[in-house]
Order: sequence, then C-alpha cells, then structure tokens
Amino acid sequence: MIEMKWSSLKETRPSEYVVRFVFGGACTVLAGLAAKRYGPSVGGLFLAFPAIFPSGASLIESHEKKRKAKMGFDGTLRGRVAASVDAAGAALGSIALAVFALILWKGLPSHNAYVVISGATLAWTCIATMLWAIRRRREFHRTA
Amino acid sequence: MSDLIIRFLIGGTVVSLFALLGDILRPKSFAGLFGAAPSVALATIGLTITKNGSLYTAIEARSMIWGAFGFFAYASIVCLVLMRYKLATLLTTICLLPIWAGISFGLWYWLARSS
Repeated sequence: MIEMKWSSLKETRPSEYVVRFVFGGACTVLAGLAAKRYGPSVGGLFLAFPAIFPSGASLIESHEKKRKAKMGFDGTLRGRVAASVDAAGAALGSIALAVFALILWKGLPSHNAYVVISGATLAWTCIATMLWAIRRRREFHRTA
Repeated sequence: MSDLIIRFLIGGTVVSLFALLGDILRPKSFAGLFGAAPSVALATIGLTITKNGSLYTAIEARSMIWGAFGFFAYASIVCLVLMRYKLATLLTTICLLPIWAGISFGLWYWLARSS
C-alpha cells in the first residue's frame, strides 16, 4: 500500500535541502553546458545523470541510523540495507526513464510539446509504479 | 550567464520537489523510484525547446535513452554492492558513478559509430 508520511519531512535538516537544491541546479547547468559545448547528442546523456541519487541514498542511510540510535541500537547495517532498497527502486525508475525519453524523442518533432511532455511524464509515473507493483507481488509470493 | 542562473534555479527547484516526494512516500522501495525521476529533463526541456526548438530537444531525448540504460546498470550495481558488502552509502554511490558514464557514453559511441 502506497502512503504519504508527512512527518518524515522533519527528519531532513535545512542544510540537506540546500545540498539537494545545489546538486539539482548544478546538474541542470552541467547538462546545458555539455549540450552547448559538445552538441545535443552528448548533452542529452546528462538528462539521465543520477543527479540526486547519491545524496538521497546517503540521507536514507543516516535517517535510518538515527532512528535506530534513538532506540539504543547501532543502525549502520540497517541504514545500508535501506539505501540498497532505495537503489533497487531507482533501477526500476530508470527503466521508466528510458520510456520517458523514447516518447520525447519520437513525439517532439511532430506533436505539440506540452502534450508530448505531459504524456511522457504520465508514462514514467505509470510504468515506474507498474514495475514496482510487479516486483512487490513477486517478493510477496516468494516469502508467502 | 542569466540563462545559466535560470537553469540552476529551475533545476534546483524541480529536483528538490521530486526529492521531497521521495521523502514522504512509503514504502521505501516505492520512494526509491523517485531517485530516477526525470527531474533534470523536466527542468531543462522547456528552456531547450524555447531556445533551440523541438528537433534539437528530440536529439537530446534520444541520447537520454542511453543515459537511462547507464542509470539502470549503475543503480542495480549500487543495490548489489550495498546489499552484499554493506559499504558506506555515499562512498559507494559516488565511487560507482563511472559505471553510469562508461555505459552511457559507451552506448552513445557505439550507436554513433554504427549509424
């Protein structure tokens, strides 16, 4: 069951939000500069650069560690397992990312840009969610 | 210069919003999907279309497919390494980034040569 846990926002420190903003901004600038210097063919590769994945995964590790420390345990291993679960999710998301790019590549030259971008974003959401649901179902049946 | 500042601000905002979504969504395996959300692409596509047109953006999108394959290999290997060897996450994710670059640029080069 997918749910929203708003209280987890409190676990992230303001400096961590700043790091993400700077990482995201820097990667976007890098993609633009690469396209300007080496052409769109090279610049496009950076549109799928794992921009915030390293900082996001390490945040998950440190949050999990802190949560366990509050209970008096060493959460180092647990934190790293949680980060690996996050990486597995990102691997599924990247398959949907390839479909997103495919729709843009094929759709942009001949269709309205807003429609193509909206369709590609919707496709990313649906495919990523579907892949996640399939994997979860398989895991459930394996453990049952 | 102003173009770069606008890119930086839009990129930072969009990437942060996707990261926030990843923070609040549960379970963690689902939230992990947002680590590979098209955040950088969504931040730049509008600017690129306005400045260079749809055809130019379509060429970028074609290369983005190879970048996404690189991302898949990178995230899969990060998952395996963290699960098996339990190394520090930040060190592992940063040290393995050349896998993304190698596969993305390798595919791009191979396809550019063969076409």
